[in-house]
Amino acid sequence: MSEYRRREQSITLAPFDEQLEDGSGGHDGDTTAELLTLNFGPHHPATHGVLRLLVTLQGEVVRDIKPIIGYVHTGIEKTAEDKSYWKVIPVIERMDYLSYYFNAMAFCGAVETLVEVEVPKRAQYLRVIHLELNRIMSHLVWLGTSALDLGAMSMFWYCFRERETILDLFEMSSGQRMHTRYFQVGGVIEDIPPGFAEKLRGFLEEMPGRVDQYGAILSANEIVLQRLRGTCPLDADTLLSLGVTGPLLRAAGNPWDLRKADPYSSYEDFDFKIPVGTVGDNYDRFAVRLAEIYESVKIVEQALEGLPEGPYITEDRKVALPPRHELATSMEALIHHFKLVTEGFRVPPGELYFPIESPRGELGCFVRSDGSSKPARVHMRDPSFVNLQAFSHMAKGAYIADLIATLAMLDPILGGIDR
Amino acid sequence: MKREPISDRSFGRPGAEPGDRVDPQTLRVRNLNARQLLRGGDLEGPNRSAHLEGADFERHVEESVMTTTLEKAVAWARSNSFFPATFGLACCAIEMMSIVAARVDVARFGFEAFRASPRQADLLILSGRVSIKMAPIVRRIYDQMLEPKWAISMGACCSSTGVFNNYALVPADKFMPIDVHVPGCPPRPEALMHGVLKLRKMVQDDPDMGWRERYGARGTEEILTTSPQAEAVNVALAGDAAGA
Repeated sequence: MSEYRRREQSITLAPFDEQLEDGSGGHDGDTTAELLTLNFGPHHPATHGVLRLLVTLQGEVVRDIKPIIGYVHTGIEKTAEDKSYWKVIPVIERMDYLSYYFNAMAFCGAVETLVEVEVPKRAQYLRVIHLELNRIMSHLVWLGTSALDLGAMSMFWYCFRERETILDLFEMSSGQRMHTRYFQVGGVIEDIPPGFAEKLRGFLEEMPGRVDQYGAILSANEIVLQRLRGTCPLDADTLLSLGVTGPLLRAAGNPWDLRKADPYSSYEDFDFKIPVGTVGDNYDRFAVRLAEIYESVKIVEQALEGLPEGPYITEDRKVALPPRHELATSMEALIHHFKLVTEGFRVPPGELYFPIESPRGELGCFVRSDGSSKPARVHMRDPSFVNLQAFSHMAKGAYIADLIATLAMLDPILGGIDR
Repeated sequence: MKREPISDRSFGRPGAEPGDRVDPQTLRVRNLNARQLLRGGDLEGPNRSAHLEGADFERHVEESVMTTTLEKAVAWARSNSFFPATFGLACCAIEMMSIVAARVDVARFGFEAFRASPRQADLLILSGRVSIKMAPIVRRIYDQMLEPKWAISMGACCSSTGVFNNYALVPADKFMPIDVHVPGCPPRPEALMHGVLKLRKMVQDDPDMGWRERYGARGTEEILTTSPQAEAVNVALAGDAAGA
């Protein structure tokens, strides 16, 4: 008889306390109690993807967590080495599949800095509008699915209703709902269409009220409070030593945000606040993300009002495709078009790391060029991957139910972790 | 009370020919009475003389009773109440979630009950890219599902490895039977909905025979030899891919 079967059959219908007396169950204070290793995932509805955790339990208390990753390893970084720079954007976008604009932004930013191409102001503002809409969308999906994990079903429908509005806007500007390939090296692929601004204004007017409602539903809910408040806190120093960034670090009180600390794409033009928490527990992580939605709405409002006139992509024909109408009249444009589409543009040798603030933290793209039209190496510093190593520090000593809540508040995206 | 055969009953309606026009009120009463009779009840009281007879009764039976085969009735019920497995892989999983949400609202067709355990599910929606590391697990989940079961391959990645097409991915058809492929990267929720409705039609039209019959895969069963313990391969052991 296997050890497992023996243990299984040793469970009787005697009162729970009596069973615990002999140390076979999990007494909270009993250090001699047996440890149980529980496999969690990769197919589990609460892992937000295909994360696998080996959880060591003592009774109901988590003693150790070992994440096992790689179940959606897609080989994106290697694939990128085989494509010319402008063809890398679609595969890069599919890494962290909830923040596709951010993936494209990090990569385009790195390449633009290497090629030393200037991005027009209008393109930068358009990028900011889409980045912040993407941040709201990502937080909405996080909120809906996390609330599902906590047992609050209706939040899912509210959050996905607003998400659809944002995806409609993405569809207007780019024709796709997800993985839009809107950002190009040197700007964006097209100007926003007529009607986009009005629809966006309508959304911006509506959204703060909606977030108020989410807050009213969840923050006043005793179950949510019991499960989030005071559970699994981690202080800012430990988080920093583990390399954790983003809302998790800000929830612990450290106002580190690359949009302020190292502005890119004209973020210095906008007036917004960095929401921070105090103790860094699950409630702070929840509250910080919710507050970030308000700030993102404010940024989009300012970017839309201050949207400058001008080109939406660089005029540098060596990098960006010439407009369609030029092809019929200009031989030079035709040559540029041919060169760009067949070979792609060449990037001077060098290497660069371009960090931006994604919904989950510092998303950096490292690009090394050997002078050809294909990158020699593309590497992403994905915040989900780095943040995941703080997970065992957070959840050790907590109850297994809190582990689920902590994983939800950690908001890992496995596409970004495994790449 | 002993019931007489219908033809022997004396429906005391003097002078009336079968098929005569009657006023709606009387027809309603007769309809109700006929229903009562069909359910095995008996007529009492003042309505006893007012129920349907002859050709009227035959027509009523034809209109209100549907005959079908058990297979078709079961297929109808099955096809309108899929229980998909809660199983997300990557980007497509987000769009798969949004078919449950308010805009597309798959609950209209009875597909909204997502089940976290494969043993309670009868539809596996492969939503996203299947890596080589994940493929044995996906197959295991499919094997754990009870017959009858179906699978939808959602998106380009698990149908053909999509934009990536590299060393890491494997198309789902290589290791499990797929009933419907939904193209797109990721497919819109409407596209997935269309795929689900295609599957519904498929289930309604063809009696289910189990996936091995459906795809001519008889003879591919893994048959346990005499001693399962001796022959068992532990797929969890590192480096041993024979059983995976």
